[in-house]
Formats: sequence, C-alpha cells, structure tokens
Amino acid sequence: MSLSEEQVGQIAYLARLSLSKKELESNTKDLNNILNLAEQLAQVDTHDVEPMAHPLHMSQRLRTDEVTEKDQSTLFQSIAPKTGKDHYLVPTVIE
Amino acid sequence: MHTKTIAQLSQGLKDKEFSSVELTQHYLNRINQSQLNAFITVTDEMAMKQAQAADEKIASNNANILTGIPYAHKDIFCTQGVKTSAGSKMLDNFISPYDATVSHQLNNADLVMLGKSNMDEFAMGSSNENSYYGSVKNPWDVTKIPGGSSGGSAAAVAARLSAFATGTDTGGSIRQPASLCGITGLKPTYGRVSRYGMIAYASSLDQAGPMTQTAEDAALVLNVMSGFDEKDSTSAEQDVQDYTANLNDSIKGLTIGLPKEFFSEGLDNEVADNVMAAVKEFEAMGATVKEVSLPNSAYAIPTYYIVAPCECSSNLSRLDGVRYGYRCEDPKDLEDLYLRSRSEAFGEEVKRRIMIGAYALSAGYYDAFYLKAQKTRHLISDDFKKAFENVDVIMGPVSPTTAFDLGSVKDPVSMYLADIYTLSANLAGLPGMSIPAGFAQNLPVGLQLIGNYWSESKLLNIAHQFQQQTDWHQKMPQEN
Repeated sequence: MSLSEEQVGQIAYLARLSLSKKELESNTKDLNNILNLAEQLAQVDTHDVEPMAHPLHMSQRLRTDEVTEKDQSTLFQSIAPKTGKDHYLVPTVIE
Repeated sequence: MHTKTIAQLSQGLKDKEFSSVELTQHYLNRINQSQLNAFITVTDEMAMKQAQAADEKIASNNANILTGIPYAHKDIFCTQGVKTSAGSKMLDNFISPYDATVSHQLNNADLVMLGKSNMDEFAMGSSNENSYYGSVKNPWDVTKIPGGSSGGSAAAVAARLSAFATGTDTGGSIRQPASLCGITGLKPTYGRVSRYGMIAYASSLDQAGPMTQTAEDAALVLNVMSGFDEKDSTSAEQDVQDYTANLNDSIKGLTIGLPKEFFSEGLDNEVADNVMAAVKEFEAMGATVKEVSLPNSAYAIPTYYIVAPCECSSNLSRLDGVRYGYRCEDPKDLEDLYLRSRSEAFGEEVKRRIMIGAYALSAGYYDAFYLKAQKTRHLISDDFKKAFENVDVIMGPVSPTTAFDLGSVKDPVSMYLADIYTLSANLAGLPGMSIPAGFAQNLPVGLQLIGNYWSESKLLNIAHQFQQQTDWHQKMPQEN
C-alpha cells in the first residue's frame, strides 16, 4: 500500500491542515514509511482477541447529573483571539 | 546547595542552614547562567514570592517536608496566570486560566516553581528537537540530545538547575530523558496521577510523574502528585500509600525478570554491559534473575504509532484558532481560519501524527489500523501479565543507545524505533522507572524497572536499595 500525494493532501484537509507542495512531498514519503511500519501489525494473530479500550479495563465512572461548574465564561473568553458580545468571533459563515 | 537531594534540602531548610529565598535565588542564578535551554518560561518573581511564603511557614513551624523546595514544571501542565505552551507555537500566547490538578497539588505542598521546562511540542518526540522554543542540550555533552519529550525537565535536574522536575510519559517521555541525562524518573501506573489540566497528547497512555536525583526524592514527590481526582474521568480510585514507607525494605529474595526481547539486536553493547552490571549488583544484594519473554513487544512500535496518533488527532482537533491559542492573520473565511491557524502553528512532527491518526481512523482503514492496534495492545498487556506470574519486577535497558547527536536523526521512523523498550509499559498501563546505572561513551545509561500495576512503592524500594549500593545517581555533569 502506498499513499499518493493527492491522498495525503486529502488526509491533511480532513485534519484541517494545508500543506505546501514541498511539505506534501516530504509528508507523502514520511507517512508511507510510517504506514509501512504499521503494516507489521498484519503479522499479529489477533483472532478472538478483544480490543483493549482501557489499560486498566476500567469502565467510565458516572456522576450524578448536577451542575458543578460555575460560569467562568468571562475568564475563559479573556484569552480568546476574538470575542464580541460574549461570543467567540469567527469570519462570517452565513450572510 | 544545588548538589543536595530534596531530602537533604528539606533538612537544610528545617535546620535554618539556608532559607527557601536563598535556595530559590541560587537556582534562579544557575538557570540564568545555563546554556541548556531547559526552560521555556522562568517565573522568577512568582518563585521568590512562593519562597518567601515558604520561609514564613518554616519559621512558624507549619512546614511539610517539601515546603520551600524549588522545582521545574513541565510546560504541559496548566499553571494559572502563567504561559503554558506545551512547546508549541499554537499555545505560545496561552496564559492558562486555571491550574492543572498536579500544579494545584504542588502549590498546596508549598513547593516553589522556578519555571516551565522545555519539551517536545505536545510531548511528541524523543529528542526535544520538536520544541518551538528550540532544542534542549544534554548537560553531559551539549552536542547531544537530552531525550524527550520531558527533555527540559531531565536536563534541569541533571544540571542541578532545580531540585526536581515534573514530567509526563506517553511512550517513554519520563524514562528515556531520565536515562539519557542520568537522573531518576518514574512513570506511575496509568490513573495514579491526575491528567486534569495536563495538556492531552494520547489520553489512554499519558501519565505524569516525578524526575529527581534519587528514588527517595521521587517517593517524596509522588506522595503529593498522586491521588484520585474526580475532575479526571480516568483517575483511579486507588488509595495513595506513603511511597517513602517501604524504601528501606530488604530486597533479598526479589525475583527479577529479564525479557529476552530487550537484549536482542539493536541494543548497543556498552549499554547492555551497564544494564547487566546493574543486574549483577542486584544479584549481589540477594535477588534472583529469571529470563522472561514478552513475545509481542516488538509490535509495541507499530501499535503505539497507531494508537497515539489516533488519540492525538482527536485531542488536538480542539486547537482551531477560535477559543484560545494561535489564530492566523486576516482569515478570509472560517475554513481558512482553521486551515491556516493549524498549519502555521503546528510543527512538522505534530502534523505528521495528526495526519496518521486522521488516516488510521478514517472509514475503511479503522479495522486494519486502529482496531488491529488495540487488539495487539491487549496481547502486549497479556505478555506482562504472564511474566508477572513468575517475577516481581522486570528490568532492562531504557533506550538502545546513549544520547545521540543533536540533528543526527532526521527520519521519523528511525526516531520511533528508539522507543522500543519504553512503549510497552504505556500500552499496558504499567509503572516504570529509569535509574542511573553507569556510563557508556561518557554518557549516562539508565536501567529500566517495570513493575506490576500499583507497585510504585515496590519499584521505589528496589531503586532506593540500588542507590544505597551505587553512586551513579550522585554523578553530575560539569557546569555549562
């Protein structure tokens, strides 16, 4: 299996990354090398083996459905790149 | 003062040989003179305030054993009001609005934070060369890497720029730099130390721990770092022991397992000699040695380099230039904002891992990669379970070689292969340590100890007993 530059560009886009032509070339090479390494897994006999979801096989702890957080929106928004009227601002999405 | 361990410094503070203010100033001076690039941010003003407060507690007999001890805090732990960059341009402007649980615990113990230590970007790396803030240099030879990702922490402790440091270990990031810099590092059992406010790389693998001169110091620090935290849904409801309680137990009758897979091709001969000499030392202390097998350990590399990137691609999706962190200039629309903010702010290795994760989790490839890796992970974990039926502790090398030259490894896969001995403990969630065990080519070599779940106390006991018989942990590099 080998990824083409076009496929790597598509993967980058899925991850919301854009790569220059040069980056695309080097990443295609590196990603293919890494995936070749990953293909060693095909040699492992995992018949009847359960996937390991948690190192301690713990199940997710539940808590009672109560409000525990206090409103700290002003504090949190103070470090945002751009805010206005208590909202995070981004370029217009819908005119 | 800087040559002293935490235990000795604590006694010195108690006996009024020096104050925390003097001690803190001394370390800050050392940091200022250092060329190692071990720190991203030095919090000198805050440190002096904390030191004054500590001195007041000492004067009024309200001190605990760690009161007034200065430390370096890996820049992956959120610290309220202080830049928390995770070694990334993405968070270069991020002043954390809250404290990580670990930061909170260390503050509560009256410790003095000297600054935030340098690291590979988002803890992805084994050489500290992936930091936005430049490489850290190995204090034993400034042309060598310190290891990573907790390279700044390891260099700071080795060069005695701080009494101890915090680290995090996802695939070896405490143990490997500890080994390459000649200090003691402990990665606890997964779930032992809270991950709340510790910037996530791979959530099912990340675990924080102490990086110190000695096992005794590691026990003192682990005592305050560990514990159940309801803010971390993966934190284990497991009682905290006093990790110093069993340090002096005899290790006579201890059974050591040596995995044959850890001594095969790729391991540097001199490193192997050092490791075996350390094992002999344990035998002289009354331990017995057995060969064990971890047949799937070779698959730890492909397993880790699928599981960790998958988790990272998900964890790092939050960094989108909207709520905090870097935002590109003049985005033309929302997509441009996402694409350029992320592309301009993430480094090469981070981008690579995000892309590997995005690919391995995508439709059609999930079974072949992610699911297959999670199944293999189970087999790796089962190998340890079997081995621990016959032995108390597993020993081996931490890294196949000593520290290599800065800039010498350019190919990502070659870099990944060097993680061979550390990855499997993370995949299984087991505790592991690196302790100084000698020198090869004038560079430190670490001995790795891997214990069963929740055996931190036992590991620290074993390491402490070794350090009573050897003086490798007391060796320090020349000033630079």
